[in-house]
Amino acid sequence: MKTCLVFILILELVQYSIATELTFELPDSAKECFHEEIQKNTSCTLEYQVVTGGQYDVDVTLEDPKSNVLYKQVRMQFDSHNFVAQEHGVYKVCFSNEFSTFSHKLVYMDFQVGDEQPLPGVGEHATVLTQMESSAQDIHKSLSSILDYQTHHRLREAQGRKRAEELNERVLWWSIMETLAVITIAFAQVFVLKNFFTDKKPNTQFK
Amino acid sequence: MFKNSVYISLITFFVLFNACSALYFHIGETERKCFIEEIPDETNVVVNYKVELYDPRSGGFMPSSTGIGMHVEVRDPDDKVILSRVYSAEGKIFFTSHLPGEHVICMYSNSTAWFSGSQLRVHLDIQVGEHAINYGEIVQKEKLSELQLRVRQLIDQVDQITKEQNYQRFREERFRQTSESTNSRVLWWSVTQTAVLLIMGTWQMRHLKTFFEAKKLV
Repeated sequence: MKTCLVFILILELVQYSIATELTFELPDSAKECFHEEIQKNTSCTLEYQVVTGGQYDVDVTLEDPKSNVLYKQVRMQFDSHNFVAQEHGVYKVCFSNEFSTFSHKLVYMDFQVGDEQPLPGVGEHATVLTQMESSAQDIHKSLSSILDYQTHHRLREAQGRKRAEELNERVLWWSIMETLAVITIAFAQVFVLKNFFTDKKPNTQFK
Repeated sequence: MFKNSVYISLITFFVLFNACSALYFHIGETERKCFIEEIPDETNVVVNYKVELYDPRSGGFMPSSTGIGMHVEVRDPDDKVILSRVYSAEGKIFFTSHLPGEHVICMYSNSTAWFSGSQLRVHLDIQVGEHAINYGEIVQKEKLSELQLRVRQLIDQVDQITKEQNYQRFREERFRQTSESTNSRVLWWSVTQTAVLLIMGTWQMRHLKTFFEAKKLV
């Protein structure tokens, strides 16, 4: 009985996993793949967002162990995809920037496999939860979603901030260029006009 | 007794599970791989990794026996190295951020050109903030009851949210500064541009006028 219980627990635990959140750089014309071993019937969520670079787009493919494409998106900025693993094996997620020849990108990925790991020792007894425990669980869930929203907010903010920094720099360079252009054109105009009139003079004399 | 054995099996399982079933990717032996973690200050980060070497004989990936090591480097937002060491093929790295911002975690193997061309499989798991807390350890050390443990987790989460919120304010300030700088740059640029145009125009007129007068065209 005991061993059986432990076994069930372990089996149950195999299904639980931790979410992996990674932010990585994707150089131009590069492809980055991540693999994850997933048990059968585990529900998984793949989320990604391009933080900076180019048009903020990336090609994403998700393949199952038999190399069938489960999910494919071309030039997406961000998305979230839910799926249930149909079989046990290694699933592969690839982010590709192969269409882009010069823009370097920053990609955030969150790959959540299974449910959250329970606290050790919590939830293994069959008794009904006390009110205190169930409210603790509710608060935990709400706080988890707050953390999740914060992550999204942080990414959005990073996107906005980086774009603002880019804009700031561009305005600086553009104004410098524009000023230089105005000065050059002013001098060039005078020079051309002067030339125009000095060229005319010998003609009138020739007549 | 039964409870104890469950704990032990749970804990060993967590350890085993953490070590063997993380996300993995492939890199060349001389390649360098970096990940960026944007985190508030005073946040704990735990990095678990395991490296396997491609074995041409079996066509699979084997835990390396040749003593391959990973060089792990962590840089803070000011680009200062806060951690740079060579670890073995499997390891757990722990650090706490002191500055808020983007921390870059880079990994590359210490292999020489001897094996070059071979592939490495790196299992990686990065946990940040309250996810980095090992509750199994806390249960063992502090002997907390179930409810206490739950509350403990809630406290950790709220702490994390507070830190994140603080960091949010910090970044918002930077964002605002950038926007204000853009705003003032646009303003000053338009003022300067108008001035430059007026000066150039007047100069052109005066110059041409004297020129025409000198040429007796007017």
